[in-house]
Amino acid sequence: MPSVKIPPVLRKHTGDQTAVDVAGSNVGEVLNALVAEYPDTEEQLFSGEGELNRFVNVYLNDEDVRVLDGLETAVAESDTVMILPAMAGGRA
Amino acid sequence: MAPEATEQKAVEEITPQEASAELGGGNAKLIDTREPYEYEESHIEGSELIPPGVIANRIAESVPDKSQRIILQCRSGARSYDAAQVLQELGYEDVASMAGGILEWEAQGLPVESNVNLTPAQRDRYSRHILLPEVGVEGQIKMLEAKVLLLGAGGLGAPTALYLAAAGIGTIGLIDDDVVDASNLQRQVIHNTKRIGEPKTASARQTIEELNPDVNVVEYNFHLNADNILDVIKDYDVIVDGADNFPVRYLLNDASVRLKKPVVSASILSFDGQISTFVPYEGPCYRCLYPTPPPPELAPSCSANGVLGVMAGQMGLLQANEVLKLVLGIGEPLIGRLLLYDALGTRFTELKVRRDPECPICGPNAPEVPESEMGKFPDYEAFCGGHVGS
Repeated sequence: MPSVKIPPVLRKHTGDQTAVDVAGSNVGEVLNALVAEYPDTEEQLFSGEGELNRFVNVYLNDEDVRVLDGLETAVAESDTVMILPAMAGGRA
Repeated sequence: MAPEATEQKAVEEITPQEASAELGGGNAKLIDTREPYEYEESHIEGSELIPPGVIANRIAESVPDKSQRIILQCRSGARSYDAAQVLQELGYEDVASMAGGILEWEAQGLPVESNVNLTPAQRDRYSRHILLPEVGVEGQIKMLEAKVLLLGAGGLGAPTALYLAAAGIGTIGLIDDDVVDASNLQRQVIHNTKRIGEPKTASARQTIEELNPDVNVVEYNFHLNADNILDVIKDYDVIVDGADNFPVRYLLNDASVRLKKPVVSASILSFDGQISTFVPYEGPCYRCLYPTPPPPELAPSCSANGVLGVMAGQMGLLQANEVLKLVLGIGEPLIGRLLLYDALGTRFTELKVRRDPECPICGPNAPEVPESEMGKFPDYEAFCGGHVGS
């Protein structure tokens, strides 16, 4: 199954797991499967209309799905889907 | 000429002091067997340059008399030793190689003619840089002439500033309006226990000045905002973003794209760090990567979530490394690449970041900013949905 890498900000919603294996043949299916298993991740990932939030970057392996086919991007069994929200920590 | 099978004769090696004494006597001829660019940087007075690749062909022209005393010298003594063997095979009878080369000559305090101006103390202090062919005297001078601005003298800025100062970055600007707190000291290694309560910029200055008197520290003990940002950043070569809030990150991005300043940007949280280098129009900008900031409730801060001090240091030093590469023009900066670091797994992951054709700041359709509007920026606090700029 494809593996989804979970960023620190979402780990409290995935039982502190840093990666979760979920089924799906494209990025949308994989993320929906993640949300089905861990419903609290939905708010970070999707807008009310079911679109991927603009402030969340999703990568298939090392490529941004925005430059691929977005949520329709095909995912293979061995692929890694990475969720990457912006972080701002540094100075304090 | 001797047949090839002949065993090579050992070469007489002399110290720089012995070479200096002989040269002072006026009988020896000094040949510098390095490349022209090395000779140009610095050489011993009276030496003649004959690069190692052409010495067999050129020596007869320079020294027709095979009984003439010849001292060969290179950078560290290896090339001159080999060249001395070549000359012996050609029938030169009185050849020596100067052990340790010009590096040892200089280390002994003997004078060189130099087109570039490092003091003997600087040559000593930065000798491990100068030994690197990618840096050399020329690179060290670039560092001493470089002006680097650090946004934040905290978790990221503290280690970055410390190492940039040690490296000899000549001007380091520090923007921070905070004071040193005991809870900073687990990671902000430029400060210390005695400085609790002092402004961070003043504390950092004191540490830097004690570490390296070559560095000029410029303190900006105030909050960066739309009114002052262009004035602050305009004179710097590279900007290092270690800000702790989104409004300042977007403001810095937009201003640095306008002035075409490269920004090395990192962020940290818990055990995780991210870093990329944004060079305007050469690669993506911060907005190409993150078009909009997350809502505040989905963007926790280090003060709320904690951060591993060592990881802050690691990310800060990755930033310093990026700065040095940009200043020196060497290596491959993280342009168009986002490097993620997971300190718990000790894993690095590299992601591609592309220029966004729709980017409102650096994209092909981004509106040009007229001179009269240069200093005007949108309301980032509103854009970031209530993120508090500290």
